[in-house]
Amino acid sequence: MSAFFAILTRDIKLTARSFGDLLTLILFFVMIGVIVPFAIGPDKTLLARLAPGIVWIAAFLSSLLALDRLFRADMEDGSLLAFRHATISLETITFAKLIAHWLSSALPLIVATPVLAVMLNMDMTVFWRTIYSLILGTPALTAFGAVGAAITVSLRRGGLIAPVLILPLSVPILIFGVSAISANAGPNAETAAQLFLAGISIVSFVFAPFAAALALKLSQE
Amino acid sequence: MSSDTAKSTTAKPMNWFDRLAHPGQFLIWSRYFVWPLAIIATALFAVGLWYAFFNSPEDYQMGDTVRIMYVHVPNAWLSQFVYVAMAISAVGTLVWRHPLADVSMKAAAPLGAAFTAMALFTGALWGRPTWGTFWEWDGRMTSTLVLFLMYLGLVVLWRSFDDQLRAAKLIAVLTLVGAINIPVIKFSVDWWNTLHQPASVMRAGGPTMPSSILIPLIVMTFAFTFLFALLQVISMRTEILRRRVRALERKSALEGISQ
Repeated sequence: MSAFFAILTRDIKLTARSFGDLLTLILFFVMIGVIVPFAIGPDKTLLARLAPGIVWIAAFLSSLLALDRLFRADMEDGSLLAFRHATISLETITFAKLIAHWLSSALPLIVATPVLAVMLNMDMTVFWRTIYSLILGTPALTAFGAVGAAITVSLRRGGLIAPVLILPLSVPILIFGVSAISANAGPNAETAAQLFLAGISIVSFVFAPFAAALALKLSQE
Repeated sequence: MSSDTAKSTTAKPMNWFDRLAHPGQFLIWSRYFVWPLAIIATALFAVGLWYAFFNSPEDYQMGDTVRIMYVHVPNAWLSQFVYVAMAISAVGTLVWRHPLADVSMKAAAPLGAAFTAMALFTGALWGRPTWGTFWEWDGRMTSTLVLFLMYLGLVVLWRSFDDQLRAAKLIAVLTLVGAINIPVIKFSVDWWNTLHQPASVMRAGGPTMPSSILIPLIVMTFAFTFLFALLQVISMRTEILRRRVRALERKSALEGISQ
């Protein structure tokens, strides 16, 4: 258990020390929200209607941007090889790394969401629902992303390929994520979407470490 | 490379599983499958196309455009069938380390992409005169599109690895993750579609199909399935030979260095 937390804190410390990366990620997330009004015009009601979708797409793209740093540095400096001889299994280590990755790349985005909410003219209820759906849905994004990152870790240009592989698989997250927000869906549909989102997150977060660890092992054979 | 040990010293007799698994043996026995498969597929296409063009009725609403169905439906069926075949091969790669499963998986990916593209393309051609649009964000169409993107991702991944043996195992992992995901994608797209759209444009169920339409449809489905089997065998043979050529090149390059 202490090894588990050691990995967790190590990864969080590593992210905290390379603060520039984190800042880039948050800036990217916010800038998507800044760019969209330029593209579709400053119509406030239209922006408010599109806001949930825009926030989700911004979160989606930012999480893909952060994917590459999940395993690549460990692969390059040999930590991954050392992990294979650790007292805990590679699956457990991957699980710890996933949690650390979510805390250091998805949570900052959720914290930065209010900025987008103001710029996109979200009202208060929609804003809280957005936060809620992001909290429920981003773990699944991290989980799918981890599988993609692990599969492409031995490729030099893997950073470009992983998003292409992961995007089609992530369609359900986007669908349920936006459905959990949209007000016109009716109360039942919205709750159901939230439940589905939570379900996908839990299941994928449990299974992803096994798939990712298997891919990491196979990449080093 | 395990796929290049084809000069098999037949010291011990092989059981059927070894014969199935051994790339060199596969090259020998699959040779007898190519022509029969080609002949069966051609015959089925001849019969099916004849039925489809000359011996099936026009639809009372859609007219002659109903004949697009005889190409569209078999391709749509294959778009899913090929993924199942690929997922089974992926299990073979990961569980039994079956050397032919790698080859089968690699051969199936572009074929699946092609059949799915055909299904989407013929669907668009059919949709234009009947629904008045090339594309509709209908549940089935959207999930086929997502499937197409998955096939393309797999093709891209195959092409970006140098080491095809490592690639096979990693791609098998992704293929299986995708296979688990397909039902979820299908379900979520249906859900999304019912939320965002009024009534579906698809015909409601397409209830009882008269046998004059059903027979050519079944014949064409078999024709396309045999076409897939034929192309699969040919591209597996090509892939084995390609790997063998690469191994020989490497070998001759090494001999060139050592001299």
